[in-house]
Amino acid sequence: MRLISITAFCAAVFCSLLLGAAQAKEAVPAAEDPVLEERMMAIARELRCLVCQNQNIADSHAELAIDLKNQVKEMLVAGKTDKEIIDYMVQRYGDFVRYRPPVNPATYFLWFGPFLLFGGGLVLLYINLKNRRKKLEQAESVLSEEQIRRAEELLRQDAGERKQ
Amino acid sequence: MVRFLVPLIIFVILSVFLYIGLGLNPREVPSPLIGKPAPAFDLPQLLEPEKRLSNQDMLGKVWLLNVWASWCVSCRVEHPLLMQATRAGAIKNLVGLNYKDTTDAALRWLKDGGDPYTLSAVDAEGRVGIDYGVYGTPETYLIDKNGVIVHKVIGPLSVDSLQNCVLPLIRLLEQAAPERQVTREAVQACV
Repeated sequence: MRLISITAFCAAVFCSLLLGAAQAKEAVPAAEDPVLEERMMAIARELRCLVCQNQNIADSHAELAIDLKNQVKEMLVAGKTDKEIIDYMVQRYGDFVRYRPPVNPATYFLWFGPFLLFGGGLVLLYINLKNRRKKLEQAESVLSEEQIRRAEELLRQDAGERKQ
Repeated sequence: MVRFLVPLIIFVILSVFLYIGLGLNPREVPSPLIGKPAPAFDLPQLLEPEKRLSNQDMLGKVWLLNVWASWCVSCRVEHPLLMQATRAGAIKNLVGLNYKDTTDAALRWLKDGGDPYTLSAVDAEGRVGIDYGVYGTPETYLIDKNGVIVHKVIGPLSVDSLQNCVLPLIRLLEQAAPERQVTREAVQACV
């Protein structure tokens, strides 16, 4: 009994130590204003890093991405809205900086192309199915009675052979 | 027949698109600043830190703004060409923007390789770089007498881009009266 309680005590101490360590680690980024940090990261996720083009600046560790993150943070502190910050970036780096491209004549095909292709596919499918049904109907009427009789005879023969 | 032709045509169209796509340079993102006034800056000069340099100082001149840094490898490639072009007088107003660099390293670079710049401004924190949409040094902006950005070259200038694009544009802009804008066609011939 005594042994068990000592073990339990040790386990409890160990667990609390672990927990404390984990909490200490997570506390570092929250040292600043966590709400601001979260807003900054949300905007940073919408912005493309132009140095490493397939990353947003939230994930990128490129110098420019860090600078831009600081810029975003400063603008947030200065009370700018999300839209104002995104516009600021677009003014300097163009629409390419946005991970979500805006809908404008240059991007119509990008936005609506997939639906166009899907619609086209549906139309093709419909035409194909219709043709197929027509062919099948024709195929049925194409067999003459003589042919049907022969086919049945062949099938019977086949069944007979299998029995043997 | 149609059964084979349709996939073939689709394949050919796809190939053409993919081929064009391969030829494009994803690093060259068209700048939204073309045709707009060059963003304002007022920075200390590199050689004489007590003096300042502003974009206003260059009004009335056709000038190039070359963004460079001593840590930038491509700048090292571009540097001899800049030296040559300025020495030959082909480029008269070349302003350097020393981007996110340390003054010591920048001065050493100019001492070792020569200084092609009419003037150099120090943008240690890269603030002006952000205003100009700089994302890959070296970058060169061609700015007209009205202070409007006419053209931007991303990456090192080459003999080809200088001879066929930048220098003819400079000549054209210099002939133009300050209030007259260069036609879009002239710039497009550049690309």
